[in-house]
Amino acid sequence: MSPTTVIRGARHWRTGEPIDLAFERGVILDAVPARADVVVEARGAVLSPGLVDLHVHLREPGQGSRETIETGTRAAAAGGFTAVACMPNTDPVVDDIAWVEWVGTRARAVGRCRVHPIAAATVGQRGERLTDFLALRQAGAVALSDDGRPIVSAAVMRHALEYAGHAALPIVCHEEDLTLRGEGHMNEGATATRLGIRAIPAAAESVMVRRDVELAALTGGRVHFAHLSCAASFDALRDGKRRGLEVTGETCPHYWMLSDEAVATFGTDAKMNPPLRCESDRLATIEAIADGTIDCLVTDHAPHTADDKRQPFEMAPFGIVGLETALALTLTGLVRPGHVALARALELWTEAPRRVFGLPEVRLAAGSPADLVLIDPDAEWTVDPAVFYSKGRSTPFAGTTVTGRVLATFCDGEITHLDPVVGLTRVEAPAAAVAAAR
Amino acid sequence: MNPSSPSSALTPPGAGRFATRSGATHLLGLEGLPREQILAILDDAERDLARLQKDRSPTDELRLVTVVIAMFEDSTRTRVSFQIAAKRLGATVSTFSSHGLSLSKGETLRDTLRIFEANGADVVVVRHASPGAAAYLAEQIDSAVVNAGDGMHEHPTQGLLDLMTLRQAWGGSFAGRRIAIVGDIAHSRVARSAIFGLATVGVAVTLAGPATLMPAEVERLGGTVAATVDEAMEGADAVMALRIQRERMEGGLLPSFAEYARVWGIDAARVRRMKPDAVVLHPGPVNRGVELAPDVADGERSVILDQVANGVAVRCAVLRRSAGALAREAA
Repeated sequence: MSPTTVIRGARHWRTGEPIDLAFERGVILDAVPARADVVVEARGAVLSPGLVDLHVHLREPGQGSRETIETGTRAAAAGGFTAVACMPNTDPVVDDIAWVEWVGTRARAVGRCRVHPIAAATVGQRGERLTDFLALRQAGAVALSDDGRPIVSAAVMRHALEYAGHAALPIVCHEEDLTLRGEGHMNEGATATRLGIRAIPAAAESVMVRRDVELAALTGGRVHFAHLSCAASFDALRDGKRRGLEVTGETCPHYWMLSDEAVATFGTDAKMNPPLRCESDRLATIEAIADGTIDCLVTDHAPHTADDKRQPFEMAPFGIVGLETALALTLTGLVRPGHVALARALELWTEAPRRVFGLPEVRLAAGSPADLVLIDPDAEWTVDPAVFYSKGRSTPFAGTTVTGRVLATFCDGEITHLDPVVGLTRVEAPAAAVAAAR
Repeated sequence: MNPSSPSSALTPPGAGRFATRSGATHLLGLEGLPREQILAILDDAERDLARLQKDRSPTDELRLVTVVIAMFEDSTRTRVSFQIAAKRLGATVSTFSSHGLSLSKGETLRDTLRIFEANGADVVVVRHASPGAAAYLAEQIDSAVVNAGDGMHEHPTQGLLDLMTLRQAWGGSFAGRRIAIVGDIAHSRVARSAIFGLATVGVAVTLAGPATLMPAEVERLGGTVAATVDEAMEGADAVMALRIQRERMEGGLLPSFAEYARVWGIDAARVRRMKPDAVVLHPGPVNRGVELAPDVADGERSVILDQVANGVAVRCAVLRRSAGALAREAA
């Protein structure tokens, strides 16, 4: 027995117009009925299609001490996400249909949002033999990636792009020339020089972006560039788009919020790969988002245990969490300073990523899936990792005051998150429906 | 500080050497160390040097103090220098050596250092291959931590002994002086500590070396980069040559020792470009005929052996400073 839910007094994310909306059995109704089981008083909050994150590490199978599908999707719901695509660099690597199906099954059992598995592009992510692209797609994979590692061999990358055409799947590229990266642990520049930390030049990323733009041209293949972080990479992507190639790209909040100087202050909480770059790269990230070079935003949510992150800098693993701060950092770092409008910022987290991976559309219209998020774009709050739902707590934004808060998330018509702090949202009986969602 | 460590849990505050030593005086690097503190350490070290030259019998200044010298990376010279310094002041000294292997994980590193702390180490002298390791340990344990080299980051007692040696050579003052630092700046903790310390006491620094061994934006550390050794040394008051590791040849950073010696090596002709009273420093061990021509290494301008002697004196001063109240109690 699916309850009828009504959201009353919201503002449309694109037009800003008042909107009331009802849904039942996970589908938006064509009119708001007179009677409802649950009424959410939005009080002018912004109603948007649920956010989508094409780049998260849910760490299952095999790395449950860092994150699980249950905790990761709970964090996603808290961040306003109704769908995530999860990376296959787990233990074991998700490189066959059994593990793709397992991720899907597990997510349906314990997940708080839709989970779209990304399968490895090569067996064991070793960059040698291609995985069974068509079977993987059949099993539910939405993309192919060796994320965490580059596909070192240009020939293997070429063949992957050619063959992926049969499966109509994008190859998501973690771009990193391993010889240029060497033993580096942070961006090359004054801060690394001062701290004596072995450094990674930005060119370690951009030379591979250049290479794969050329391979996209050679093969006509569909390349999606993961977590781009520097001006030269944006230039390469811009160039590829100008040439009409099937290339898209994503970037993450930390690249527009921080430069590598943050490492001196936040230590391993500012250690991720690609690393925080220099100030001009940070500004170039904002420019690439504003001018449309970047197609969508992602978190690269990469949780680790506290013990793993609490080590001397070079000994700690790469990766920070991002699901629960992404929207606020977008509003704080992009919308408030006027780099992009609110509607465009939300598009980059909603329609745009769905388009990039070909996921089902979500609109605020009858018949659409009820994957929704209610946002207070003006609420200020201070990031406190202690209250994260994610098992990962490492973030350089701890203690940062940000603007923009997720009030409620609805996935497939279920309430998957209700803000416990701000309390702008009131839900009326029956209490059972709310309790079940908590 | 770690409130749950065995030592602080079992003994009340102020109960003596096993109690939590809040306010421990660490020496993690020369960056940010105030000028007065640097000069105070150098003055102390001069007194230690004067005494050591007259009388090598141990004092009992640090008789209440346990010093653990933890070498997670091999370094005979630094280890011996700290051992002698600690023993000259009458401390209880224990040396621990482990080169990676089972201790490559930070968890184990922290646990190992906690064992030293639980054993009553008042001062832990640590050498580790990872930059920031000393600062990390200072956060994890209650003992005072002295950085004896953390990766490419800093080697503050080396920086202090370099300052001490220069001040001696320059008649007691740093004012108006300029030094050339030549060689592998990128991989050198010696260079970093020297640059930070020299900037603080007001010595101008000119850097020279192969572009492959010059770290990005090094000027922002405080110093200018010269195109050639000759340019860097012209009119300088001192030159510090840095050691070249053989492994630099493997990654394409350097063609050969012979090429390095020809282009960047310091010979007598280059020494003559400096001021008449200018001196030659090297942290050792010298690759003779590579960084320094043999006649320069052993020549009258060389103060390399002074650096070694000053090293013991500086480490006496640093250990006394880190032992803090325990040293004063005994004195």
